[in-house]
Amino acid sequence: MSEHAERLRVKKTYKLYLGGKFPRSESGRSYPVSSPDGAELANAALASRKDARDAVAAARKAQRPWAGQTAYLRGQILYRAAEMLEGRAGQFAEELADATGADAHDALGTVEAAIDRLVHYAGWTDKYASVLGGANPVAGPYFNHTTPEALGVVAAVAPHDDPLLGLVDAFAPAIAAGNTVVVLASEAKPLPALSLGEVLATSDLPGGVVNLLSGKTAEVAPHLASHADVNGLDLTGVADTALAADLEAAAAQTLKVVRRPGRGADALDLLRQWTEYKTVWHPAGMAAGAGGAY
Amino acid sequence: MGSILSGAEAASLVRALPGVDAVGLEARAAGLSTRSVKTTSKAQVIDLAISMIDLTTLEGADTPGKVRSLAAKAMRPDGDAPATAAVCVYPSMVAAAKDALQGSEVKVASVATGFPAGQVPLDVRLADTESAVRAGADEIDMVINRGAFLAGDLERVYQEIRAVKAAAGDARLKVILETGELATYDAVRRASWLAMYAGADFIKTSTGKVGVNATLPVTLLMMQAVRDYRAATGVQVGVKPAGGIRNTKDAVKYLVTVNEVLGDDWLSNEWFRFGASSLLNDLLMQRQKLKTGHYSGPDYVTVD
Amino acid sequence: MFEYAPAPESVRPQIKEHYGLFIDGEFVDAESDFKSVNPATEEVLFTVAEADEADVAKAVAAARRAYETVWGPMSGTERGKYLFRIARLLQERAREFAVAESLDNGKPIKETRDFDVPTAAQHFFYHAGWADKLAYAGHGPDPRPLGVVGQVIPWNFPLLMLAWKIAPALACGNTVVLKPAETTPLTALMFAELCQEADLPPGVVNILPGAGAAGAAVVDSAVDKVAFTGSTAVGRAIAKAVAGSEKKVTLELGGKAANIVFDDAPIDQAVEGIVNGIFFNQGHVCCAGSRLLVQESVADDVLERLKERVATLRVGDPLDKNTDIGAINSAAQLERITALTEAGRGEGADVWQPACDLPEQGFWFRPTVFTGVQQSMRIAQEEIFGPVLSVLTFRTPDEAIAKANNTPYGLSAGVWTEKGSKILWAAERLRAGVVWANTFNRFDAASPFGGLKESGYGREGGRQGLEAYLDV
Repeated sequence: MSEHAERLRVKKTYKLYLGGKFPRSESGRSYPVSSPDGAELANAALASRKDARDAVAAARKAQRPWAGQTAYLRGQILYRAAEMLEGRAGQFAEELADATGADAHDALGTVEAAIDRLVHYAGWTDKYASVLGGANPVAGPYFNHTTPEALGVVAAVAPHDDPLLGLVDAFAPAIAAGNTVVVLASEAKPLPALSLGEVLATSDLPGGVVNLLSGKTAEVAPHLASHADVNGLDLTGVADTALAADLEAAAAQTLKVVRRPGRGADALDLLRQWTEYKTVWHPAGMAAGAGGAY
Repeated sequence: MGSILSGAEAASLVRALPGVDAVGLEARAAGLSTRSVKTTSKAQVIDLAISMIDLTTLEGADTPGKVRSLAAKAMRPDGDAPATAAVCVYPSMVAAAKDALQGSEVKVASVATGFPAGQVPLDVRLADTESAVRAGADEIDMVINRGAFLAGDLERVYQEIRAVKAAAGDARLKVILETGELATYDAVRRASWLAMYAGADFIKTSTGKVGVNATLPVTLLMMQAVRDYRAATGVQVGVKPAGGIRNTKDAVKYLVTVNEVLGDDWLSNEWFRFGASSLLNDLLMQRQKLKTGHYSGPDYVTVD
Repeated sequence: MFEYAPAPESVRPQIKEHYGLFIDGEFVDAESDFKSVNPATEEVLFTVAEADEADVAKAVAAARRAYETVWGPMSGTERGKYLFRIARLLQERAREFAVAESLDNGKPIKETRDFDVPTAAQHFFYHAGWADKLAYAGHGPDPRPLGVVGQVIPWNFPLLMLAWKIAPALACGNTVVLKPAETTPLTALMFAELCQEADLPPGVVNILPGAGAAGAAVVDSAVDKVAFTGSTAVGRAIAKAVAGSEKKVTLELGGKAANIVFDDAPIDQAVEGIVNGIFFNQGHVCCAGSRLLVQESVADDVLERLKERVATLRVGDPLDKNTDIGAINSAAQLERITALTEAGRGEGADVWQPACDLPEQGFWFRPTVFTGVQQSMRIAQEEIFGPVLSVLTFRTPDEAIAKANNTPYGLSAGVWTEKGSKILWAAERLRAGVVWANTFNRFDAASPFGGLKESGYGREGGRQGLEAYLDV
């Protein structure tokens, strides 16, 4: 036993998850993260404006190919993420307990809920289009069909006090629907999110589909809100109402779809939030015999 | 036209024609139908329509007497109304028609080639044509071999039209596609081009003897074909919708379409005809209404 | 070509000399008035009260009262019956509304008669049927309305945009305060009269004519939701104005749609689609096919046919049944179209217009086709909102999609090809809310309409359009 006690534990360096890689902030900055009782846990990368820019670029690059995958494949990859998380449930329970001060049992319960949430969205990928879209009976000789399609790149501020399950809600519905995301993790409790990046990286999820940043909401979020190549903005994790209003106003410049704080996490509502309806018309007529509709 | 195509060449060219979107074509025809033609324009259009009629009788009960009566109407429909373009009869009535129309500008058109089905051997169809021409027909209205067309034997259809063209000699050849039996717009477009490549002077929609005869969308499509054919070859071909055009309102729609799709070059009976019988009296009644200011009735036009 | 004698529409609607604001079921006067002009003659048609902030507050209060006491508690079945009744009244008075719309807007009677008014009636009929079936619309077992809805609509389809806004709002159980466009309030005011005729409870529909300030007042008022159709600039201002509030917003904004013609298109129908795409409603259409992207291998042929066809378009008296292109809606819009057209010439594009006579009075613009247009030119980027087509060419399908999507807008797009797989391929890649394949500018109450990117968010029409007026 004494031999073990003497062994120096290898501590993890918590880095960003960006374009499928784990870089430090380009700014070289980090910030200390502690538990609610004040114990220092680790340093996390302090993302900069340029990290946000790089994350958006990575997300944009990944978006078309990701949306172009079959819904079946997207579902399998989300399910794979659930498998990976299940395998590391203990580690995540521990990190979550450290981050939130929850007891071990509750923390494990939250991890299990996160796993189940991923499984839930894995099952949505090949169904939401049937649920949200459909054929429309227009009054004319046309076939008319509406399908939900990915909005594009979604930037999300994940909830501060729900660092794992809230994070899953911030990316899973969006990517299930073919979007790619840039998520700003809980500012005070970013470590479970950054570890989740490792789960995603080993789930066959293409690089850039989910990008995770840690840092200061007030510093990074405005750059995401105003970025012209972002299509959707999730303000769920912005507790400061004045900041939320400013971010929404900044998003208005390019007419981004905005999810205001406090909207809850209903799955279909989230899927609908990050999709656009596309309606396609085509004439349906062939025979010359009848001589037209007049 | 330049060199004469082989059957295989003609068949391959028409198979490569672009498709027709049925709904779009019908929408365009419906749009043209909303044109409102009033007062002086209407008087002009009515007289133009009268002058474009191939006044037709194609009954088993046709007699020389019936044909003489029709010819008289064709030459002098009503007061100062213009004469019709032609009288259209079976080959056996050509001589009677020719005789009755002596000295007038009204042409004698004869259906031929085993009209209306055309389901007789080619030599019989050619003999039919030759006899009509010998009897004095100025124009021959032939039917295409729809069976061969639908079976995909476009070469045969082409060669047969060429053969009839040769048999018709100097008579102008109207090629009846019987669009109601071709069933699709794509087929109508192909048949139109095939007929023109083979030397048709006119392409004509219908015999009037099947369920679906001339429609505006089909005629519009054939107008687009003759327009494009002239642009491609320099050769102008006429169009003749036939069957089912019974009143002035319909005729106006067709002429508006000629006006807007083909323009002046086709706005005479040299290049556009109506194959019709009852249309003439409706045009005459409308004509009387424009002159008198009140509606006319069937007792004020002649039954022939 | 033979000429068509004038064929004027004979019905004349009863237009009052003066209209008030329609608040709480009554027409009331305001501090100031403004004039509505017939753009085809520049004659004043009538004067109308102009709503200010206080009027907006009154209307919103009336709408709130109606929501809380009458319309909110009413069963869906009863609400639906009011909407069916409105649809029927619109059908009965269709010709009157059509003529009024042509007079006030300048658009041809052919379109108001055959499109605007019948489609408006269809929107009421369609949404009437939803009122008692909202539980089946896919928004949960008991979806709730939002409350009072503020709606601001444009001048290009005055009655139809009113229908697109009011019908779903009322069907879902909301009450509305609607501001029609400054230059085209007439059919909205006639609609207010029709609401009286239908015995619609007072306050359920309030109509407040006015200009931009009145629109801003509606946005800033105590409404629960704002729905706007109009320019992207104003839409952006609205999105900023409601930021941080509880107000829900849907925006249907500008566009610069690409109409893509592949070399295997049904050419004659494509030409019709191009014409309908850009010259329908004088090109005053947010989803107009203003950028023609034609495959280089067929460009000459398509352009020749197009010009021949455009030369047959009849520009003139909106009330003549044979008019294809009516008057430009206002002097200001004419100025904008003229300025952008000049910019096109200045940037080196080749301009072509048919030789047609224009009336001496009124606001008119010849149908215009620009060829040799490059992506970088203003006429390829900016919404002209007039009868002006910019023609660009492409070589490969990928290039067509790239050029089509190369705009901040994303409202609509057109694809012409006889090849089904190519349509599906293109439709999937086009960043647009509506894709018309082998057709263009088709609209239906059952079909969701709306854009993405800077063309706005939210849909109007269909099951999906109900989302905008339910608390989901």
